[in-house]
Amino acid sequence: MTIRNLFKKPAFFLAILGFVLLASPVFASELGESIFKLPEWDDLLRVLSLRDYNTRVVVIGTTLLGVASGFVGTFLLLRKRALLSDAISHATLPGICLAFLLLILMGGNGKNFVVLLLGAAVTGTLGMLAVLGISNYTRLKNDTALAVILSVFFAIGIALVGIVSRLPQGNAAGLETYIYGKTASMLMGDAILITVTTAMVSLICLVLFKEFALLCFDQNFASATGWPVPFLDLLMMVLIVVVTVIGLQAVGLILVVALLIIPPAAARFWSDDLRVVFAASGTIGGLSGLLGCTVSALMENLPAGAVIVLAATFFFVLSLCFGLERGLLVRLKKRQELERRVGRQNLLRAIYELKEKMSDKTSPVPVSQVVAKRSWKEKAVMRLYRQAARIHLITKTPDNSFVLTEEGEKRAARIVRNHRLWEMYLITHADIAPNHVDRDADMIEHILDEELISELERLVQLKDDKQNGSPPPSPHEDLSFNERAALS
Amino acid sequence: MMWTSYDTWIVVVGALSAMACALLGSFLVLRRMSMMGDAISHTVLPGIAVAYILTQSRESWPMFIGACIVGVLTVFLVESVHKLSDLDEGASMGVIFTSLFAVGLILIRQAADYVDLDPGCVLYGAVEYAPIDTVEMFGRDDIPRAAAVSGAFFLINLTFISVFFKELKLLSFDQNFAVSLGLNTKFLHYSMMTLMAATVVSAFETVGSILVIAMLIVPGACASLLTRRLKPLLILSVIFAIFSAVGGHFLAIYIPVKFDIPDTSSASMMGAMAGLLFLVVALFAPGEGVLSRMAHKTFLSLGILRDDILGFLYRCKELDPEGKLSPSTGQLKSALNENSFSLWIAIQGLKMKGAIATAGEGLTLTEAGAHRAQNLVRSHRLWETYLVEKMGLAPDHVHNTAEQLEHITTRDMRDQLAQITANQSEDPHHSAIPPEEGNG
Repeated sequence: MTIRNLFKKPAFFLAILGFVLLASPVFASELGESIFKLPEWDDLLRVLSLRDYNTRVVVIGTTLLGVASGFVGTFLLLRKRALLSDAISHATLPGICLAFLLLILMGGNGKNFVVLLLGAAVTGTLGMLAVLGISNYTRLKNDTALAVILSVFFAIGIALVGIVSRLPQGNAAGLETYIYGKTASMLMGDAILITVTTAMVSLICLVLFKEFALLCFDQNFASATGWPVPFLDLLMMVLIVVVTVIGLQAVGLILVVALLIIPPAAARFWSDDLRVVFAASGTIGGLSGLLGCTVSALMENLPAGAVIVLAATFFFVLSLCFGLERGLLVRLKKRQELERRVGRQNLLRAIYELKEKMSDKTSPVPVSQVVAKRSWKEKAVMRLYRQAARIHLITKTPDNSFVLTEEGEKRAARIVRNHRLWEMYLITHADIAPNHVDRDADMIEHILDEELISELERLVQLKDDKQNGSPPPSPHEDLSFNERAALS
Repeated sequence: MMWTSYDTWIVVVGALSAMACALLGSFLVLRRMSMMGDAISHTVLPGIAVAYILTQSRESWPMFIGACIVGVLTVFLVESVHKLSDLDEGASMGVIFTSLFAVGLILIRQAADYVDLDPGCVLYGAVEYAPIDTVEMFGRDDIPRAAAVSGAFFLINLTFISVFFKELKLLSFDQNFAVSLGLNTKFLHYSMMTLMAATVVSAFETVGSILVIAMLIVPGACASLLTRRLKPLLILSVIFAIFSAVGGHFLAIYIPVKFDIPDTSSASMMGAMAGLLFLVVALFAPGEGVLSRMAHKTFLSLGILRDDILGFLYRCKELDPEGKLSPSTGQLKSALNENSFSLWIAIQGLKMKGAIATAGEGLTLTEAGAHRAQNLVRSHRLWETYLVEKMGLAPDHVHNTAEQLEHITTRDMRDQLAQITANQSEDPHHSAIPPEEGNG
């Protein structure tokens, strides 16, 4: 289905609207009464000014995490591996549990989060490699490989959680936080870890920006020019694993995926330039972290991880609608402009061609004739007329006839000339019957540029006065042209 | 630990829901939409939460309907975002399902005050508790409700697939063709997705929202490595589903005991068991598994090495007709540029076949080996002649091609080559083309 058809369906706009509704926490507040207590002004000030030690740690940590995941997520998205992050994040669970078990076996209490995260990184990397291995070495496609690894690793993880929780000295409560995140109870140690790691990840992304970009856009070219593609690829994926593992702490293993996918997906609507997308993605990620944390700190009983994700979704919907490069509104506007221009040009040509056939070339053209010419509806013609009249191309006489202004005359002549040039070209060079060319030319006349026009003039050997003369006669009505074409 | 009727019911519940999932999941695998299963299984959470909040109760039906609606909405939203933006399907899925999951988490947290709803239960499921909740059916009163529900879904899915078998087959293998035939693919797609959402909801009460993906996708993935035909694929996927349920529960209650831990959750072990089955299939599936392909390749290259040894010995004999010099293993090694291990295996193989024999320090061809070698060399030189005479290649460019072709040239081909090249007695390098010997 083309975009054109989509835009005509109000259902899709309703869908977007529904999505916005569903995605906003406001929805929740409508369902249960007085779920949200609006914050007091003092609370607002306290949170926004980062006066609280705890708020400060959490806000800084999640913002940085958002920035870093926005950065690496851009590459992930461009490599069309967005869902790999989903598989990686689920694959970290067995690692956490194994590290926990190891710590207990060595006599600890299993609460050393650096070791747990190392375990997560190990199985996360393993899962990532397994996905790539399955899609490279078996018949199965990427999506199946993702689903298999994701579910199996997670199953093993849950089985291990079960074992841990049944251990006499085990206390699995700590492990659950990795599934849902524990943003609100983030400690200084976590924040330092996040700061250091995200700084490193961002730095690597910036230093290797050119190489990663090349890998995303043309892997074969990269390997042909001698870049160590497998190494770069692995490095990129390891960065993803690192961000995922760090994110586990903050937002939990299911929602960290959102931070890797949504910001770059939103950023994609703003530009086609990778540098801009990269920066925008980092910004959106950071803003989501900031906004989400602030909101969840202000309101009671809102899980911070989920609010951060919804903040990202909010930016996504915003970008989807208003993005400057690929946003719906911009594309809709561009489409509308094109449609208007095409309609106006069709009107001008219709009037011009009707005028040509009249004995008195300066007499006005009755609206009824114009309406009949292209099987238009009168309403559509009048709408086009009003648009054209606004820029002084056409005027209307009291007896309901069109008159072209001087500018309108000039433009109409040019369009008619383009139309006939293409018709001539089709007849002489594409061997199409003269009575079949009108429709083809009708579509292309609006988009012919100067260069193409001069090329066409050369090909059909048309030498007339471009500026002031009238266009050549229509080739499918001009018998002499057909004869010449037949002879050549 | 003893196996009781309780365990049997757990396995039956697990197996039935796995079978119901596997049937539809196989189509997801074929349609390259596996991750849609993942997306749906995450997004049923908000559906359940909304139903809980609206009805303020733990009735199954509202929850079920809410989850189905959100499941289908997920499919619709993913497709809308995919079409409206230029994002690839994976990314649109990632955006939608994480957002909806976040909504679900918030709603559950909000609902926690007045509804007892544990996200952990939604996430991991508890097949162990299934046999407690029983219904009376078929004159028995100990049939778990979950077994009845899963069994019903298995039958519904089976009916759906049997009725629309032809259409689903077309949809899975060539969607454009299906559309051009006038099939209502949209209807089929959405009815399948609705059914899937319903099945996922029914299953995840017992196995949890993420493990249900293992039941959906893994059996289909295993089966699709073993066959390319749809019917056997579906049957195999159901068999894999049963195996993972039975094996999973078995592992869950027997393995932890070895480490002095009572047991672990059966649902997750069923997922792990499915993964184990997948690993075995991915490694050993005939013609498709990683190891079986590797073995096949090794056998092939060993066969070629054996041929090369015979050819080398034959050429040595040509240069030295009395057979005074029999080349040693070391000489073979440097001449054929092979590692000693595979060379040793190849030589043992040839000795077992009686094609070569040890002669003093070196090796020599037996009569049977000489026949095979002569035909090989004949093939090689015939090909060289053919390539130069008929294909117009330069004489110094044909050796490598002939080296490859000699291994797969049959007697008939040799006869024909000889005929085409007018039974010449010498190849382009002026070596004699030996006559055909024995029966190949």
